[in-house]
Formats: sequence, structure tokens, C-alpha cells
Amino acid sequence: MSKWSGTLERLDNHRWRIPASYKPGMRVDGLIYTDEDMLQDILSDQSLEQVANVAFLPGILRHSLAMPDIHWGYGFPIGGVAAMDFDEGVISPGGVGFDINCGVRLLRTNLSEPEIQPNVKQLIDQLFRDVPSGLGSSGRIKLKSNEIDRVLMQGARWAVDSGYGHPQDLEATEERGQMASADAAHVSAKAKQRGAPQLGTLGSGNHFLEVAVVDEIYEPETAAAMGIGPLGQIVLYIHCGSRGLGHQVADDYIATMVAAMKHYKIELPDRQLACAPLTSPEGKAYLAAMSSAANYAWANRQCIAHWARESFCRVLGRPEAELGLEMVYDVGHNMGKIETHEMDGKRVKLCVHRKGATRAFPAGHPDLPERYAAIGQPVLIPGDMGRYSFILVGTRKAMEEAFGSTCHGAGRAKSRGAAKKAMQGRAVLESLQSRGITVRAGSIGGLAEEASEAYKDVSHVVRVAHNAGLSRLVARTRPVGVVKG
Amino acid sequence: MQPFEVIEHTADIGIKAYGGTLAEAFANIGMGLFSIMTEPETVDQTEKHVADIEAPDVEALLFAWVNHLLFVFDVEHLLFSRFDILQFSDEKLVAECWGEVYDPGRHEIELGVKSATYHMLEVDREHNTVQIIFDV
Repeated sequence: MSKWSGTLERLDNHRWRIPASYKPGMRVDGLIYTDEDMLQDILSDQSLEQVANVAFLPGILRHSLAMPDIHWGYGFPIGGVAAMDFDEGVISPGGVGFDINCGVRLLRTNLSEPEIQPNVKQLIDQLFRDVPSGLGSSGRIKLKSNEIDRVLMQGARWAVDSGYGHPQDLEATEERGQMASADAAHVSAKAKQRGAPQLGTLGSGNHFLEVAVVDEIYEPETAAAMGIGPLGQIVLYIHCGSRGLGHQVADDYIATMVAAMKHYKIELPDRQLACAPLTSPEGKAYLAAMSSAANYAWANRQCIAHWARESFCRVLGRPEAELGLEMVYDVGHNMGKIETHEMDGKRVKLCVHRKGATRAFPAGHPDLPERYAAIGQPVLIPGDMGRYSFILVGTRKAMEEAFGSTCHGAGRAKSRGAAKKAMQGRAVLESLQSRGITVRAGSIGGLAEEASEAYKDVSHVVRVAHNAGLSRLVARTRPVGVVKG
Repeated sequence: MQPFEVIEHTADIGIKAYGGTLAEAFANIGMGLFSIMTEPETVDQTEKHVADIEAPDVEALLFAWVNHLLFVFDVEHLLFSRFDILQFSDEKLVAECWGEVYDPGRHEIELGVKSATYHMLEVDREHNTVQIIFDV
């Protein structure tokens, strides 16, 4: 792969700019959050060209943004953020991604590491049994005819009403787990056919359940407000998305947008950026379908959280109330959201695309639950299986500069194929076990794809996000057991 | 000539397929797709699925072809190891896809593919070569 040799200007220690003059057709500058070290990696592929290409999209405001975990995607870079004026701008399915509302849910516990140490293997085995995972996996939920429409309209609320989890879980979920802009009528029969049997499944690829231990706290008061701490506390991460339903919605609407672009006379350097005006029939239909897929993802994580709680109770032989297992937060990182932001003193309605980027709203934002009004929105950044994951919090600077956005994960350092050749799955398993991490995976081959070495060091990514002011570090966790899809 | 090769991309993986005709290259894209998901030698050809796909142009047809195969895998759990193209134009493809239902006891799933993408998608009529990157 050739090195990127476009125009790049350093603004300060953490920000670089691609001027709009770099390519005729760019409507705004590109703005990249990184540092000198990571920049060398970023320059080794064409992800910055993708930042420049996103700047072509009609109605884009301020900057085409790249978060510190930027890597080469398709159309949009992974780690890309683009905000479009609602009246003048477009919505792009490629700017949301194929796994709509892929995201992270974090549960806290009253357990300490020594308490679960003797049971970790048993717990991971139980989670592996209770939460269906793997490619093409079918769920434990048998939906009645048309019930999929209720899932798509109600999201996590459907799950809670059906006996999966508690009403207070919704308080700790972005959008309370239900986007009002959903309309199941805009989701194809194929998408529903694909999604219905997969509800309540983890899926494959980089999706996982991680039992982790809090091993560093940077802001004790903020952590305490989230129920995090003291050191040694056990927590559970759930990382997954909208499964085949979201993929089909993306496929359907990319095809729709490719056709619609001719009609709206939109020309772009990459077909994967296909889009339509937000106010057009195609744009409105996609927003409704994407919101429905987002609701499916929240219902999915809600069901999985319920079974994970049952797994903990069964293995430890103690009731849920005693174990804690309360939600800290649930936030997506592949989304297009209609939000109001302040620009030049005016309140402007926008569509913020976050493709592999996490919403990071500051303290006092009206969309946050009351318990986080004083500290800001929890930001959940999973790393890889062998290293760390991080809990951060949204900032005013992220709001002012990056439409309330920050990074979403480690970012890939190697292509999956290269990682696979370098290390066999078995070796990955042994390496993790030697570090005291219990792993169960649907596929040993798939495990090789997700080895630590395939990712950038997430510690470096969150450090840049912290230093650039996009979010503040609250706590670090390290894995003790992982279930991989 | 080899039927296809695997292309690597930072986050993803793709296939470049060759053929004596464009139709054959499309068939080889299918072979390439299932070769990265599993070992095609382990997939018996006992089940037939007829794919009938239409799209506004040949690039969109390629995108739709791959996504159709992924849809069939998700819904019917069918893995394929042979594709006979019965009808082919820029806007339409009819193919008999031969394979069997995924059996975790016999088929090792190596990599899950979520979707086709338009990123670096290429249809080269002169050389009957097609290329597609998957989201995995």
C-alpha cells in the first residue's frame, strides 16, 4: 500500500489539518486528532485521503474530522466524524457503517477480583453457553410474527417489557435505548428475515463479552458517580451491534443512495460515500431504517445483559441485588444522529455521522441522564483481548470542536489477513492464558484475527483523546476473561 | 490462471477474481468469498440455490451478488463451493449455487463477512477481472 502524500499541516501537538485547497471539491478542511508517533502509522495507508473525500459531502459543516483511532475504512475512514446541516446536507449510510449502532455496554458489580478468581473459568464457560455467539448464530428468542417490528420501534424498551432486564437500565442507555425517528416500515423484509432469528446474539468478528477488573482510577469522584471503584472491582463489557439486520439495512440503502445520487446530481470521489439529502424521501427513509436498526442493537445488548446477569448469579450462587450488575452506560459508535449544536452563537440542527467514533457529551447536556448531569457522558473504549479497556467522560471541548465526539477503540494496526498469517489462533489462546486471561471463542481461526498484535495500543489512543481534550480518562480496566464471537 | 486472489486492507479483506469471461469472474468472486469464510474443500455440493439478481449497472450487480450470498448464508446457513452462471448481463445474473448447510462439526468458520462494500470495487471488462472489498 502506498504512503499518503497529500497536504498536511500541523496545528499543535494533537491536531493536523488537510486544507480544503488540497483537492478541488472539498467543502471544508480535514481535521485529524493524533500525535507524531501515530501519524506515521496513519500515513502508511490512504485513510487521510478518505478524510479529504468525506469533505466533499454536501452540507458538511466546519471539518471532516478524524478521531485518534483513525484507520482506513471504505468511503469514510474508521474514526471519521462528519456533521451535516439538516436542511442543506446529506445522510450517508457509509458514514454510519454496516454494523449500525455497534456499541458498548458496561455493567458494574460489587465483586472484587479475589472473589471471582476461583470461578473465572466457570463464569466464562457459562457466559459462552448463555449468550449465543458465532457466525450465523441463532438466538434464544423466538419472535412472534410481526414482533420484529416492535423490536425495531421500541428497542431496549421492548426487551425490558419482555422480561429482559430492568426499567432503570433504560436510564443508563443512550437515547434510553429507543430512537423516536425509527419506522419499521422502511426496513426491508429481507433485513427483518435476517434479523429476527439473530436477536439476542453476540455475532462474530470483534464482538465480545469481557469480564474485567478496574486496575487504575484517574478521577475517583467521576468514577464513583458511575459506580466504578474501588480498585480491583469486577465489571462486564458487552460489545456488539445490530447483526444481519443492520448489515442488510446498510446494503439496501447504499444501493438506494447510489441510484438517488444521479437524481440529485451529487458527484463524489468514492461510491461508498453514496448519500442523499436529509430532507429527500431516500434520506428520510434511511434515517427511519437506520434508527430502527439502532433500536434492534439496543434490544440485542439489553437481552445479552440479562443473560449475562443470570450467568453471574448461577455461577456465584448469589442473587443479582447482592452482586450489583447495574448498568453504567450503553453507547453506540456507528451512528448518524440528529442533534442540535451551537455554531457561531446559533443553535443549528445537524446530522452527525460517527463512523467508529463515540458520542462524548459534556456535563450539563440536556440529553444526559440526571445521574450524569454533573460529570458528563460516560465514554466506553474497549481495547483488545490482551491489554486494557478504558472508561472516559465527555467534555465541553469535544462538544465545541468535534460535535461531541471522541475515539471508539484501539484501531487496527495490521490487516486481519496479515494478523492471521503472523499468529495462529491456538498461539493467541495460549498467550492470553499465560497472562491469566480465560478465553472462549466460537472459532479458533477467528481468534487469530483479533490478537492484540493486530491492534494499535488502545492506551496510546485514549491518551491522545485525553490530551487533545476530546474526553477525560476516568478509569482503566484489564481483562480477566473474554467470550469472543 | 488462478481463479482469484485475496487482497488485504487494514481493517478488511477482499477478493480479486479472474475469468475467461466476466461471468466466470463473478463466479470466482463467490468462490473467493467462501474461501475466506471456510475451507471450500469441506463443503459438499448437495444443495442447490438459484440466485436471480438484478441491478442498475455492473458494479451494482457485483455488490448485490455478494450481498445476496451473505444473505442466503445468514438466513439459510448455506455455504457454497460451486457456482454455475446461467445468465449474465450488466444488469442481471442468474446462477445455480451449489453447497450445503453449515455444520459446525465439519466446517471451520475462519472469518465472518458482514457485507460487500463499494470501496475499491472494480469491474475490468478488458481483462475480465473483478475486485471487491468486504466489511468483516
